[in-house]
Amino acid sequence: MTQSIHVTINGTAHTHDVEPRLLLIHYLREVVRLTGPHIGCETSLCGACTVEVNGKAIKSCTMFAVQADGASVTTIEGLATNGNLHKVQEAFWNQHGLQCGFCTPGMIMTVKQILARNPNPTDEEIRHGLEGNLCRCTGYQNIVGAVKAAAKAGA
Amino acid sequence: MATIATKPKTYVGQSIRRREDPRLITGTATYVDDIQMPGMYYAAILRSPHAAANIRSIDIKGAQKVKGVLIVFTGKDTVDAGTVPCAASLPGLRVPHHTVLATERVYYVGHPVAVVVATDRYVARDAADLIEVDYDVRQAVADPEKALAPGAPAVHPQWPDNTAFTFHQEGGDVDKAFAEADVIVKERIVSQRLIPNPMETRGVVAEWRAAERSLNLYTSTQAPHLVRSLLAQILGLDENRLRVVAPEVGGGFGCKIDTYAEEILLAFVAMKIHKPVKWIETRRENFTCTIHGRGHVDYYELAAKRDGTITGIKLKIIQDLGAYLQLLTPAIPTLSVLMMPGLYRTKNIRADVVGAFTNCTATDAYRGAGRPEATHGIERMVDVLAAELKMDPVDVRLKNFVHNDEFPFPTATGLVYDSGDYAAPLKMALDLADYPGLRLQQEQARKEGRLMGIGMSTYGEICAFGPSPATPAGGWESATVKIEPSGKVTVLTGISPHGQGEETTFAQIAADELGVDIDDILVSHGDTSLVQYGIGTFGSRSTAVGGTALYFALQDLKVKMKKFGAVLLDTEDVTLANGRCTDNKTGKSVTVKQIAAASYRAMKLPPNTEPGLVSTHFWEPPNFTFPFGAHLVVTEVDRATGNIAIKRYIAVDDCGNILNPMIVEGQVHGGVAQGLGQALWEQAVYDDNGQLVTGEFTDYTMPRAHMMPFIEASHTVTPTPVNPLGVKGVGEAGTIGASPAVVNSVVDALSPLGVRHLDMPLTPEKIWKIVTNAAGRTA
Repeated sequence: MTQSIHVTINGTAHTHDVEPRLLLIHYLREVVRLTGPHIGCETSLCGACTVEVNGKAIKSCTMFAVQADGASVTTIEGLATNGNLHKVQEAFWNQHGLQCGFCTPGMIMTVKQILARNPNPTDEEIRHGLEGNLCRCTGYQNIVGAVKAAAKAGA
Repeated sequence: MATIATKPKTYVGQSIRRREDPRLITGTATYVDDIQMPGMYYAAILRSPHAAANIRSIDIKGAQKVKGVLIVFTGKDTVDAGTVPCAASLPGLRVPHHTVLATERVYYVGHPVAVVVATDRYVARDAADLIEVDYDVRQAVADPEKALAPGAPAVHPQWPDNTAFTFHQEGGDVDKAFAEADVIVKERIVSQRLIPNPMETRGVVAEWRAAERSLNLYTSTQAPHLVRSLLAQILGLDENRLRVVAPEVGGGFGCKIDTYAEEILLAFVAMKIHKPVKWIETRRENFTCTIHGRGHVDYYELAAKRDGTITGIKLKIIQDLGAYLQLLTPAIPTLSVLMMPGLYRTKNIRADVVGAFTNCTATDAYRGAGRPEATHGIERMVDVLAAELKMDPVDVRLKNFVHNDEFPFPTATGLVYDSGDYAAPLKMALDLADYPGLRLQQEQARKEGRLMGIGMSTYGEICAFGPSPATPAGGWESATVKIEPSGKVTVLTGISPHGQGEETTFAQIAADELGVDIDDILVSHGDTSLVQYGIGTFGSRSTAVGGTALYFALQDLKVKMKKFGAVLLDTEDVTLANGRCTDNKTGKSVTVKQIAAASYRAMKLPPNTEPGLVSTHFWEPPNFTFPFGAHLVVTEVDRATGNIAIKRYIAVDDCGNILNPMIVEGQVHGGVAQGLGQALWEQAVYDDNGQLVTGEFTDYTMPRAHMMPFIEASHTVTPTPVNPLGVKGVGEAGTIGASPAVVNSVVDALSPLGVRHLDMPLTPEKIWKIVTNAAGRTA
């Protein structure tokens, strides 16, 4: 049994027949072949799979693809425009906000959301905002620095 | 941390932005799970829910009937697939026969029992659930001390004492030291079992090309050449027809050094089905099937003089090995023994290690691998001694440090410390903290009834593994430098970085040595079909050993470049510097690009010189390196909740020369996070039945952003004489320095309540009970 869904992903319209149980993360990675969002836990605890659905950051391992029917989805691949990095991406690069890079796409999508809700967050607000995303490499300090730099740059 | 986006004159020593980052921040990097191949199948592994059981029967019929299932294998099908390797050797070591799938018995929760191969991962998982295994559940043992007690259930029936090995090391005259001691302090110190948890779990894609008898294996590993050699041996394949690729690897922290059952299994499956096949470990699998770390129970005794001079150390280590021996499992506690004197001068040591089998996941190398346990132990004991003697822990440390004029310093455990100024980072940390001011604040806090603590660790570590005779595999590292005809430079390194940033630091080294633009350099790694044999990335070795191999390859190449430059300039007296070869008499010069073109065009060759500009160097290190440092932590304990607030975290590390301060600082931050995780939150908890009860991120509390303090990172610089770069290694330093500093700080905070020692993790519950009980006593 499959169900037809229409999803706009990074500005491009997609139509696919999918199983109702197919997770959005698997749809994005294996059907649409956007492998930027990662799977770190499959239980919505690590945030590596974070994407935007209709402008809100969500963990795409805990949403079915059919729930995104009609929605507009932005993944990490959709952030840079005309070869220019998004300010949050640039900030992560400049501030050494990543090491192995596996959590990074989810982190960047979360940071974009943090700044959309609060353009000038305090350190405490940044750390609170990052609570749902695990990073095992950086100790978060340079990620916090990246958020501050992105905020300063007007991301 | 400000970084440099513009181009400096020289690159080494600068915080150059990482060259690996553009692909990582745009989501275009290729990790194992991102690999798709035409006609690829997916494997799901059925695992034991029991820690100890005999397998009566396995019924796979239900799984076989599922549409989309290609084949199912159980233990009896894979008996010829070889066994999972252990590379460590110790006298009398008992190595269990470790088949890739369980045959008659399961030994730990997560033990692989069957593999289902299907058209997609959902179908494979569905079908795995339909396999029926009839288990005869037996009594498990999950605690190493219980496992060694008489009458404990035998993990392996043939070894009823559950002892895999014993190991003894002794130096100096321990008995005399203890007989003549003014004071002896004793403590039982636990370094609890931890779970490495890189954000990317393990995963394998295997592709068998039958007509070529060649196997391509993509695996999330830290040591692709090692995997290739071991797999060739295990599977009986020609090593030169086996290509192992570590693509983008999402963290390792030691747990991806091993060659695992799943790598062998996936190769076996691919060779059976003649199709590519992928397996991606779920997080739940990662918790139970990828190696764990630590798992020590240590019994320490310190002998000392009244003035604080440490005269002897006795240590008994009970190492929880788990059920099987993975690649380096039994070697890890021997590293603890090597580093047991820490930075201190005492030559009288005695260590006894017992390796205990338990019905748990194997332990092995996790960031620090044996050294955090050793450092935690000795640094706790120094504080215990200081408390006993009513001395300042600073003074006890200063009294016992190896003196600056004693290097190279031979230790009681047979090592030779390379270089050091052990008091320097401690003094810097004390200055940064305003230590006397802090003690005054503490006095005031205590008057107000607040529990403020000041704690420190002065750690030493052994890095840059290492001289080959002292390591389980070769300890050298390799590099190839190719200057292409266009003048562009390709570096192939035998290390296998996965977050440490050597695509950047190695480009910095090469750009400076050759005097070329860093953008002309590409650093590649991780593919055995591309890169000469290498050892890999672990043990804080990549720059100290791999970077040095690169340095020497560059020197060889420069000699050849000068020869070609001299031919082009029609002279013999030339200098190679700043990317030009210059005639010392006329001042005329040619560029690296011109030299490269001439070397391949080969119109006129220098005497006895081949065309082309390629150089490979294998560098064998003459010694390990020994970084050191001091961490100082200020804490305050909340009496009402038991919560520990870290008020200041000061890390002063000395890793020798620093190639890229930004990257070094990042390594310290991440290392501290993992050490802090051990000190405060993380613990692999098994119940008496061998069930892992902290088997998800909900229960296994890794640090999150809001839990981490701001780390004030500084450095002293004491270059090592072991390699020409003067670098020591920094990957594990933060982890090693952190846990004792934090625990010492909290013990200091609670010392007015009579607390002398606390075992990790210092959870609010544990602390609250101590504070509440103390309040009850005084009420």
